[in-house]
Amino acid sequence: MFRYYAKLGLLSIRRNPVLSALMVAAIATGIGACMTIVNIDYVMSGNPIPHRSELLYHVQLDSWDPYEAAEEPNEPPDQLTYIDGKALLEAGKARRQVLSYRTGRVIQPEDDAQLPFQVSSLSTTADFFQMFDTPFLYGSGWDKSDDDGMAYVVVLSRAISEQLFADEDPVGRNVVMNGDTYRVTGVLDTWQPTPKFYDVSNDSFGEIEEVFFPFSISIAKEVDSYGNTNCWKPTGETGWQAFINSECVWMQLWVELHGDEEREEYKAFLNAYVESQKAAGRFPRPMNNRLYDVMQWMQNREVVEDDVQVLLGLAVLFLLVCLLNTIGLLLAKIMRRSGDIGLRRALGASRRAIFSQYIVEAGLIGIAGGIAGIGMTMLGLQGIKLLYGEFEFVERLVRLDWVMIATAIVLAVISALGAALYPTWRACGIHPASQLKSL
Amino acid sequence: MEIGPIWRAMLRNKTSYLLIALQIAFTMAIMVNAIAIIQERSRMMARPSGVDEDNIFYLSSIGFAPDFNPRAAIEQDLDALRKFPGVANAIVTNTVPLQGGGWSQGLRREPGDDKENIGVAVYFVDEQGIDTFGVNLTGGRNFTPTEILWFDSEGGGPRWPDKTILTQAMAEALFPESPQDVVGKTVYIENDLPVTVIGIIERMQAAWKSWSKVENAMLVPMKRLESAVRYVIRTQPGYRDEVMPQVEKMLAESNTGRIIRSMKTMTETRQRSYLEDSAMIKLLIFVVSILTAITGLGIVGLASFSVARRSKQIGTRRALGATRTAILRYFMLENFIISSVGVIAGAIIAVGLNIWMVQAFDLTPIAWYVIPLAMLVLWLVGQLAVFGPAHRATMVSPAVATRAV
Repeated sequence: MFRYYAKLGLLSIRRNPVLSALMVAAIATGIGACMTIVNIDYVMSGNPIPHRSELLYHVQLDSWDPYEAAEEPNEPPDQLTYIDGKALLEAGKARRQVLSYRTGRVIQPEDDAQLPFQVSSLSTTADFFQMFDTPFLYGSGWDKSDDDGMAYVVVLSRAISEQLFADEDPVGRNVVMNGDTYRVTGVLDTWQPTPKFYDVSNDSFGEIEEVFFPFSISIAKEVDSYGNTNCWKPTGETGWQAFINSECVWMQLWVELHGDEEREEYKAFLNAYVESQKAAGRFPRPMNNRLYDVMQWMQNREVVEDDVQVLLGLAVLFLLVCLLNTIGLLLAKIMRRSGDIGLRRALGASRRAIFSQYIVEAGLIGIAGGIAGIGMTMLGLQGIKLLYGEFEFVERLVRLDWVMIATAIVLAVISALGAALYPTWRACGIHPASQLKSL
Repeated sequence: MEIGPIWRAMLRNKTSYLLIALQIAFTMAIMVNAIAIIQERSRMMARPSGVDEDNIFYLSSIGFAPDFNPRAAIEQDLDALRKFPGVANAIVTNTVPLQGGGWSQGLRREPGDDKENIGVAVYFVDEQGIDTFGVNLTGGRNFTPTEILWFDSEGGGPRWPDKTILTQAMAEALFPESPQDVVGKTVYIENDLPVTVIGIIERMQAAWKSWSKVENAMLVPMKRLESAVRYVIRTQPGYRDEVMPQVEKMLAESNTGRIIRSMKTMTETRQRSYLEDSAMIKLLIFVVSILTAITGLGIVGLASFSVARRSKQIGTRRALGATRTAILRYFMLENFIISSVGVIAGAIIAVGLNIWMVQAFDLTPIAWYVIPLAMLVLWLVGQLAVFGPAHRATMVSPAVATRAV
């Protein structure tokens, strides 16, 4: 029967080609608009490190101004002061801890013909690479002993390694940055967490840094932060010492904790630390520490842009209008065939048979719309890329993965069947007698 | 006149009409809110930055050599830049309007950390700052060369000079009761360091376009001794694109202990800064146009069906003496009624959606006139869409009535 109904459906579609095309186009446009934005939202709100996101916690302490919260209504600052970051790092109460800030270095290539160039850099600690499970092309990160011993070591991104050493394995070789010679311990393979969760205070969807070098070195060499620096209290004296001992927040601490017990213990430790600082005259605000895991932190920072959410709402309404359009047209089409339906019913077709016939026809239109919708989604994403192309990260937002393609197909079929349900139900309700009279 | 019979006829076939009305309603809700967002973004993009955008470009100089001397480099660079053919003026500063990164500080009318603190964007300039940025001095005076301090982050010396020039907006924010009389007044920076206002400039935006107080800015007569600095250069009108590569080359070659990077014009900066907004505007215009087209085509489709289904009735009416105009009027009027129900429902949904968006995303509420405007547009779309099928209806011959019955 299905094949027969499919054939009837095709015939009926062919009988009104313009109208059928309009219905397919409406569904396709609706799905296309909706899925374009859903895809962007999906990538932006994706989990950048799914297998570890519940083990990694971002630490916030409220060291801010007694008269004014760092962020309304009562949020602690999003970063830490050097004093607190260093104290928590040295206490070492978590399984692993990463303290970092964003900066820049100038690489001076050995080859004098190559001009010096600036690279984006992350000043960080040894645990960074294991904690965030970074892929290595060559070598590995540095050791904790390098942090403590202030060793001049560096991890390069793949692109920088290729620029400096072509295809060779550079582990053990030297790189000169700002006059100091660093030893390469490893080269990262292509790695781009999206969002760039470990530093959303600066650029949620930015590229990863080009070089990574020890925090202890950058403090000793007085390397300024290139990231956000926020201060509520005047530093008093001028100079680097005064700055690092100030109440300015400019670095981020991530810790690795397994399970509720460890988390609670760490919270207790943070509270005790803040109490001790209060006793020393710091932390004028009430106790307000936060320990968010990766996804909680992404939500707290609202990494998904408002614009995307507005567009998502509009896109859902858009799909709704397209479906209303399809329902109206299908209804008109089916009601126009009341005569046929009445006749079939009079000849003994059950309501079920009528229902099957028209739902198959509507389903065909829906599937056509869905397939065209995936094409529209790809077009839509290309359009977005064209519009926002100057932002490098857009490249990563406009990729369709299989989950999204499957979602588009399911959404299309559900939409089409949903749109077909009412008109088909109405068709089933047609009384044989009422229609036969008018024939 | 004919509304009664048309309305009663419509009630016999409620669902199809309801579907069109709903479609019109949601289309209108989207249209109104899209227009509200477009208006807001356009207003934002139209705000002047206050500086001479057409002729300004800027670049960063980053010293890296261990023997790099920031002060000597700045003095030498400024001297070379100001003498460079095609360059009107140049300064060393920290940022430019719309750039995205800048320095903010708070100013108070009275000293003390418990007194009201008004946020302000800081631009470090010398006596050439006003001329280089091309801002208008509207009151008081400019800095003199002797008032410009060097700030050395390692040495002692004053943290802030004791003189400043404010934008008109900042002056009004600090002294709302006498905004015209701010020159000569003293304000406090970093809680309790006194600063005297010596001049007022008409307008200069901060570096952050979304900041609610984007016109609060202050000029500080200071050159900061840092290894990474930014030069802002204003060229003679029309010479910008020609001068830029020459300047870059000259600076790079004059001192090899540093690199020159991030050279950009103000025009590029404005484009980049408002890229999201202009993209959003284009997206919304596209969405609304497509949506209106789909709704219009839906109306065409349904009206065609309706005409085909009722060709017998139309024939009968024609046979009973109805003119072609009367038939046309019937379908046009019918569509007008549906559209009216749709746009009234649409107005309600639009306002509801807008209230939600204002709360959730801090949008400005819609201007009242957008609603009647959208109503008018959708009425017109409906009438245009129905005209074709209605015109076809007038072609139904009266003879149809006699044939099939």
